[in-house]
Amino acid sequence: MTTRVLVAKVGLDGHDRGVNVIARLLRDAGMEVVYTGLFQTPESVARTAVDEDVDVVGLSILSGAHLTLVPLVLDALRELDSSIPVVVGGIIPQEDVAALRDAGVAATFGPGSSMDDIVATIEALSPTG
Amino acid sequence: MTAEAFDKRSDHRGVNVDHRNSRKKWQAAYEGTTAASTRATTQSGSPLEPVYGPDDAEFPGQFPYTRGIHPAMYRSRLWTMRMFAGFGTAPDTNERFREIIGAGGTGISTAYDMPTLLGIDSDDVRARGEVGRCGVAIDTIDDVADLYANIDLAAITTSMTINAPAAAIFAMFVANAEDHGVDRARLGGTLQNDILKEYQAQHEYVFPPRPSLRLVRDTVVFATREMPRWHPLSVSGYHIREAGSTAAQEVAFTLANGFAYVELARRAGLAVDSYAPKMSFFFNAHIDFFEEVAKYRCARRLWATWMRDFYGALDERSWQLRFHAQTAGVSLTAQQPDNNHARTAIEALAAVLGGAQSLHTNSFDEAWSLPSSDAARIALRTQQVIAYETNVTQVADPLGGSWFVESLTDQLQREVGALLEELLELGNGSMLEGCLAAIDNGWFEDHITDAAYAHERAVQRGERLVVGVNAFVDDAPAPAPANQMSGDGDARQLERLSKVRRERDGDAVARTLEDLRGDALDPEVNLMPGLMAASRARASVGEIMNTLADVVGRYHVRAR
Repeated sequence: MTTRVLVAKVGLDGHDRGVNVIARLLRDAGMEVVYTGLFQTPESVARTAVDEDVDVVGLSILSGAHLTLVPLVLDALRELDSSIPVVVGGIIPQEDVAALRDAGVAATFGPGSSMDDIVATIEALSPTG
Repeated sequence: MTAEAFDKRSDHRGVNVDHRNSRKKWQAAYEGTTAASTRATTQSGSPLEPVYGPDDAEFPGQFPYTRGIHPAMYRSRLWTMRMFAGFGTAPDTNERFREIIGAGGTGISTAYDMPTLLGIDSDDVRARGEVGRCGVAIDTIDDVADLYANIDLAAITTSMTINAPAAAIFAMFVANAEDHGVDRARLGGTLQNDILKEYQAQHEYVFPPRPSLRLVRDTVVFATREMPRWHPLSVSGYHIREAGSTAAQEVAFTLANGFAYVELARRAGLAVDSYAPKMSFFFNAHIDFFEEVAKYRCARRLWATWMRDFYGALDERSWQLRFHAQTAGVSLTAQQPDNNHARTAIEALAAVLGGAQSLHTNSFDEAWSLPSSDAARIALRTQQVIAYETNVTQVADPLGGSWFVESLTDQLQREVGALLEELLELGNGSMLEGCLAAIDNGWFEDHITDAAYAHERAVQRGERLVVGVNAFVDDAPAPAPANQMSGDGDARQLERLSKVRRERDGDAVARTLEDLRGDALDPEVNLMPGLMAASRARASVGEIMNTLADVVGRYHVRAR
């Protein structure tokens, strides 16, 4: 089975250089990638993740609003009885990493993350990987 | 053959200019500038000419302006040190503006928060977590009044970095200034208002492209007729480059958008020479030093050539590409953030040696957050060191004539020219239609993403070194620079907006919005008067944008 990943932009943050690069990276690594496009709500991301039956959700947030938006996505997934693991990429200060992990985020990828690590982490999180 | 006849043999594809007697012509033009009586020497006392070059070469201030748009360049006038700022509520940002002016900044530039940039009110559920975070929150004309309080709008030029809701924000700005006794004709500044690049790179769009272009048309027509000191359009490559494009793509897409707006204004019945002199540009100042200098030189040359030979502009001011530059946000690293001071200084120097009219220098902490007040001051001081200590301002186009820089300029010109021809062909001879078609089929985004991906792969493989990222890495990760922003901007803005909603005349809001809807239904009507009336009734940005969206719809990108 091929690993299926939803990459998502949530909120009003239009910075999509990172998410576009990551989507292409994961496709090049042989995964099936669904990209939500910009300006999604936490609820729509959760709904798409469940409908598309993905193995992992990757959120890209560069506006600094991660502490507000990420827990909302996790709540929305719980509302749908989903335990799909969520990873977050973006500019995330060290002190926020712990808060996100405590909230239930499976992994975070800050500036300088290696592409190999991102691929390996997502494959490890995927039950099909 | 006369010079005129010689020039006419050229077309926009090849610059063919007679530079005979160019030094004499330059000398005559230079004598007419405020720089004529200046004398300059090196630090050690050797005399410096205002420009160097053979007698029959292109000189600054001469078509096609490869060497700069003014004969004396910075000897007659330094660039404007225009620092971009905005966070929290309007009073928060007003305080920062007044600090910048007090520290010797000569222009101000407003950064809006994400909800404002997308035409969403602060109390909209979609704005949660974003109010006042990446810029200042503006909901109504009351916020605009507080933003510019105690700043003389007739004396300082203001810049507004906003696009999809640009017409609404501009209407609030003009209405507020007039309500405070400053006539619109005295207002000087720039509205970014470049909606095409939003669909290509930055993605802060609201309406579909064609109705958005109608708003651009209305602001350009309004400013051209009534605001002689205003620049209603800043065609921006900055965001295209930040999204990952190459230097050639940055110039090509930006010039193509510029030509598209020229066609738009022509369709609206404006003569090209009535508004083209008011157009300005905004480019990135990235880390590849010589490529950036060559980029600005090539952009000026191509703009001049196409404007004269393809669009038939006769006024030389229509040929002259004026630009603002900002150092590259994407070149800043979150790792070892102190190194960013060096990057910003080098990038700023490239913009100055490339002939920028205006410059913003990023702060070293911006990979992490909006700049702290101290960091923003150091960034401004970096410009002041270049302007007043290095002596680079004394000689125009100091890299002109370098075999390397001239070759790089020509090479970029060929690459950019090929991309422009491709877009023109896509539009069957119309750059406006070419840009719209290339937005629709994802051509721009494919080019940009390919380049961004190639860059990222090169960094990952170590083929491109970034200090502190894949070379000279510290073992312990550096802590993020302290973010000195107050964290309660969100709550305070909600209170401000709630107060306006309680106190305003609801009937007047409803009536002016209904009038605006009526105006929007007729594509021939200019929306600016209706937008100003709604602004004065204290309608919010979100209410205005929703009214227009009811008529023209919203833009959604197709899943790709």
